[in-house]
Amino acid sequence: MKSVEDIKRAIEAAVPGVAVTVIPNPSPSAQHSLLIDAQHAVSVAEFLRDDEELALDYLSNVTGVDYLDKEIAEKVKVTRQVPKTVDGVEQMVEETVDETRKHVEPGYLQVVYHLFSLAKKHGPVIIRMRTANRTDQVELPSLTPVWRSAEFQEREIFDLFGVVFKGHPDLRRILMWDEFKDHPMRRDYMEPDDFEYEPTPHDEVLKRAQAHKAKVAAGEVIQ
Amino acid sequence: MAVDQNLNIELGKQGVMVTTIQELYNWGRRSSIWPMQFGLACCAIEMIATTMARYDLARFGSEVFRPSPRQADLMIISGTVTKKMAPQVVRLYNQMAEPRYVIAMGACAISGGPFKQGYNVLKGIDRYIPVDVHIPGCPPRPEALIQAFMTLQKKIDEQHLTGEDRPRHLDKEAPGEFPVPDFGEHDLEPPSNPGTWTVPKIIQ
Repeated sequence: MKSVEDIKRAIEAAVPGVAVTVIPNPSPSAQHSLLIDAQHAVSVAEFLRDDEELALDYLSNVTGVDYLDKEIAEKVKVTRQVPKTVDGVEQMVEETVDETRKHVEPGYLQVVYHLFSLAKKHGPVIIRMRTANRTDQVELPSLTPVWRSAEFQEREIFDLFGVVFKGHPDLRRILMWDEFKDHPMRRDYMEPDDFEYEPTPHDEVLKRAQAHKAKVAAGEVIQ
Repeated sequence: MAVDQNLNIELGKQGVMVTTIQELYNWGRRSSIWPMQFGLACCAIEMIATTMARYDLARFGSEVFRPSPRQADLMIISGTVTKKMAPQVVRLYNQMAEPRYVIAMGACAISGGPFKQGYNVLKGIDRYIPVDVHIPGCPPRPEALIQAFMTLQKKIDEQHLTGEDRPRHLDKEAPGEFPVPDFGEHDLEPPSNPGTWTVPKIIQ
């Protein structure tokens, strides 16, 4: 099979204007993946399926990953004018100061597709797509029209992660009930507080047990 | 009031049988507990094994699994009760005719088991319906299920038809129907039936 770099070049030749990034996998398995921009995803998928050399006719797995907003602190050297008295005369002196700058990298939801070829007996080729953020821009194109086997798994990702697949023929919750509002596989999901705390809780459970006790003491929960 | 056992044996030798209404009634109930034919997860496989020739549940008068709740006396909660399934389980229990019994089989059915800290599994079916016998195990062996049957039979045998401890179906005040939980936005509503279940007290 072609290397992931060759596949990237083939995609760029076939789909003009596409943005493809190779995400390397440093582990011994070396399953590098391709990050594909959402606008061109369907034509990239059609190319991967229909190309005679790749012929990726089998989609084995679709899964989701949640990346939270990340606060990054970096130390920067800054020069600035500082008033200082030198030899009895007040003047402005340049001074280099260390400054910690913090910025928030927005989180995103990611969908991962594992592709194989039954005709050529090769694979996997892994493609990924990312949403713009985790809150209001969570739309991605559905690849169900290209690989029918994506249907239920995209529904599952919609249910558990909250990614909205545009072009999906039947986008409903598949595991949780229709009235359910949350997305349980997101990393900031809080499950309902209906847990019976054992006599010796520890770690995370201890924290939750203490919060629960405080709620009971405040009269917010009955038991 | 029980009949003296020695006297009963003596009378039996003469071809006379003496009993009480209560004994006869309890004997009838305990000797033909027909379970409902439904399984929820892997514990159901053990339940099926219990009914087959090797363990032979027919020895206890319970071989007839009824596919309809109207004809069943016993509900075996055999496996994980997910929150999505819980309203249907309660609805089936409501459709059963009295006297009815419940065996919660396996870790999931009695407490949520390995899924206890999850978001999608009910933490024990006794939050919504009264359970007569709990069996721990993951899954419990067929012997454990037979033990549960024998425990239930013993429990039925010891019941009095009148008085404070009479069974639910002879008590006009006792609830006959149990509220079916609704699908809420974050959890089942209500999360438990306070009439049948309260949070166990932690003694420290």
